[in-house]
Amino acid sequence: MSESAGANPILERLQQRFGDRIRSTHDFRGDATATVDPAAIVAICDWLRSEPGLELDILMDLTAVDYLQRRPRFEVVYHLYSLKHRHRLRLKVPADGEAPEVPSLTGLWRGANWYEREVYDLFGIRFSGHPDLRRILLYPEFVGHPLRKDYPYNKRQPRLPPRSGGGAQVT
Amino acid sequence: MGIGDRGLAGQAEAGAVHAGEGGWVSSKLDAAVAWARRWSLFQYPFVTACCGMEYMSLVSAHYDVDRFGAALPRFSPRQADVLFVVGTISHKIAPVLKNVYEQMCEPKWVVAFGVCTCTGGFYDNYATVQGIDTIVPVDLYIPGCPPTPEMVLDGIMKLQAKIDRQKQELV
Repeated sequence: MSESAGANPILERLQQRFGDRIRSTHDFRGDATATVDPAAIVAICDWLRSEPGLELDILMDLTAVDYLQRRPRFEVVYHLYSLKHRHRLRLKVPADGEAPEVPSLTGLWRGANWYEREVYDLFGIRFSGHPDLRRILLYPEFVGHPLRKDYPYNKRQPRLPPRSGGGAQVT
Repeated sequence: MGIGDRGLAGQAEAGAVHAGEGGWVSSKLDAAVAWARRWSLFQYPFVTACCGMEYMSLVSAHYDVDRFGAALPRFSPRQADVLFVVGTISHKIAPVLKNVYEQMCEPKWVVAFGVCTCTGGFYDNYATVQGIDTIVPVDLYIPGCPPTPEMVLDGIMKLQAKIDRQKQELV
């Protein structure tokens, strides 16, 4: 994380408005990132979305990363884009523990709904305030969250008992 | 004399080896039914992934699978003879594949189209069935990622040869 926050006008304004809620910032060739306090993510996004001159009105992506050895272990990553100004900002929120939880953005963007369900399904990160937090890609009886680094990559949970014998009988 | 007639004539010679009293009639009947079955392979395409593109090129006019009587896809399993499983099968969709197979009337055959259906391909992960023969019996494996249309034509001819060798159950 660099200290070049002043170079990027979006990061600069974010710092001015939410100084104590911004944990760190990073800017490399205009690709700006801010790691922020989980409790402030909804307020920050709300402000970024409506603030004149920023208007980051599209939630392009919402995903997560599992840094197994690191504490806090998870990071939820938000990619925002402004249709009006054509600039971008990446926000990161740390999450830790076996059942990590961060606030949901469904109140700001309805499109966050399925992104958050996907992150919950594959990483097991819960989103507080989500209206319908259940698995979206995997089947309901699946146990665990397969994109966690400690999930065995080839552990399978078949829904059908295995058939005995390989191919069909040659007669 | 068409291709079909030649096929029937070839069968008649093979059938003549069984020279019993009623054997001659039943082997003739067997040959006739085998001829009819192998030249009218109505297929049910169970297409889930990128192999579907190669399947589309196969069923286009250029490769003319109607030469083998296999050009008529039925989108109801109850009317189909051959289940073409085209593309990666995940554990989530596996019960659907089994259902479709069970809905097909006898006699029926299953073709594993592409390496994902044969073995799981390079998807050695939590989501993918490691070969559809763990779910349904497979008559013909066509590997390749994707298989070329020529490989599939070769496969259809091998399936025809297999049908020809089978005892023709009249159900």
